Amino acid sequence: MAAFSPSQVTLNARPPAEGAGTPLIQTDSVNLHYGTTQALKNISVTLGERHVTAFIGPSGCGKSTFLRCFNRMNDLIDSVRVTGSIKIGGQDIYSPDVDVIELRKRIGMVFQRSNPFPKSIYDNITYGLKLHGMKAKSDLDAAVEQSLRSAALWDEVKDRLNTSAMGLSGGQQQRLCIARAIAIKPEILLMDEPASALDPIATAKIEELIIELKREFTIVIVTHNMQQAARISDFTAFFYLGELIEFGPTAKLFTNPSKKQTEDYVTGRFG
Amino acid sequence: MNSTSSKPAPLGFRSRGFDFASFAFTGITGLATLFILLILGIILANIAWHGWGTFSWRFLTGSADQDMFDVNKAGVLPMLIGTTLRVMLMTLFVVPIGVITAVYLTEYANSTALTTRIIRGAVNNLAGVPSIVFGLFGLGFFISFIGGALDAGATEPHWGKPAILWASLTLAVMTLPLVIVATEESLRAITPGLREASLALGATKLETILKIVLPEALPGILTGGILAVGRAGGEVAPILFTGAAYYMRDLPKGPTDQFMDLGYHVFILSTQSPDIEKTRPILFATVLALLLLTLSLNLVAVIVRARVRKKMRAGH
Repeated sequence: MAAFSPSQVTLNARPPAEGAGTPLIQTDSVNLHYGTTQALKNISVTLGERHVTAFIGPSGCGKSTFLRCFNRMNDLIDSVRVTGSIKIGGQDIYSPDVDVIELRKRIGMVFQRSNPFPKSIYDNITYGLKLHGMKAKSDLDAAVEQSLRSAALWDEVKDRLNTSAMGLSGGQQQRLCIARAIAIKPEILLMDEPASALDPIATAKIEELIIELKREFTIVIVTHNMQQAARISDFTAFFYLGELIEFGPTAKLFTNPSKKQTEDYVTGRFG
Repeated sequence: MNSTSSKPAPLGFRSRGFDFASFAFTGITGLATLFILLILGIILANIAWHGWGTFSWRFLTGSADQDMFDVNKAGVLPMLIGTTLRVMLMTLFVVPIGVITAVYLTEYANSTALTTRIIRGAVNNLAGVPSIVFGLFGLGFFISFIGGALDAGATEPHWGKPAILWASLTLAVMTLPLVIVATEESLRAITPGLREASLALGATKLETILKIVLPEALPGILTGGILAVGRAGGEVAPILFTGAAYYMRDLPKGPTDQFMDLGYHVFILSTQSPDIEKTRPILFATVLALLLLTLSLNLVAVIVRARVRKKMRAGH
């Protein structure tokens, strides 16, 4: 992993919003442009270790874009330009000496649409492990079982590990994607609307799982579903038009928000 | 339904009567399809009818040692082998080069950049070049230029003469667009989510392409191969100057040997025969052999693709 390197401090940086607990992700005046359009404006926030933080806000508010900054998935788009600093565990992840591959190993991601590889359930889990050098069959077997158990999928699939992942239901596929992400033991799990394409029962299972995974992982979840954010998150960040409007403990943000815009959104007056 | 009030009539389900336009259009499209089938049927029936009498095991496995214009002695085994070899050799060249080009164009090249658009245009233009031009290109580029350079200093040409290697390479250049376009299409059809999932797990771009993207595109790549085999199997013009022989006593033993070819042999039989009436049965039987050969080469490729698809659905 790259050595710590100090970030460039912008002069008009606002003090970061504070989350309780050990800070793990700290961003300072993050601006992001797609070509000439600015998608994120001056976002400074600190997310605590082993918390579930929910990003909420109307479509196009920048919450997914911000999430994708943490594992630098935005790098895949040519026209994206990020300024400001994002530190994870004290390291600036946009520093030139950061190895993006190492970074993504430490920060797992689950996507909106479940995207299992068209391979067997077993091969889906071992894909990341093999990439990062695990070879012994016994190690792989153990890791497959452990991650499927953690994703509450083991009992449903243990007898058909060698069948195609495409044969699983939507909810099972998404849990497989979670198992695949946690198999490589990341510190942080990013979830981009992981339940938005699922039925209520499958959604409830994913939510239970997230609460369970909180004990081991720091989770940042983007959601359109405010009840979901209220149910599973410790902290919530409300985004609007590329700005972080409010960040705070979920209970406070939903019951006693300090900004009028937040109140309007969480009470359903716009959005 | 017979509303007489000023209100607009409710939507009815009553027939509006005979719809001539629909009837005519169905008829025209149906007739056009029938016409194509009819032409195909006439061609195949004609070949089978006239060729069947001469088409025998002895004919298929017979050598060309005896007089190739004698109905009772002519055989096509050297041509069957020659055509099969040149198609297989071509596949070895065209599939890797075509796939690598398609990977560059879809995965690496900036799709809006001028160079990418020029390369795409060049690929499309390559597909429109007449095959005789490829034949002349093969003669000039592979035999004279490359072969000549390899022969530099030698007293007798070893590389710089028509050979199965040069014929196959010429065919590979000709069929390159088919493989590139089919591969590109299958690469583009892969959901971006799969690439993202792989990259998010810490895979490099190369690992993602090799382990996720290409296996997923395999059926499309094989389709490109099938199209190339189908196109090249019956082509004569590209191999006319680059490797096909009028007559050879032996089978080709190496890449620099010439070969006898079924398609070219059809041309020989129909233009060089001393008595066209007497050799006509051989001509038809040879055409039948050529048709069956290209059909079976295609069939092999289609079966391979079907097995790959089945394997992919099963998960492993």
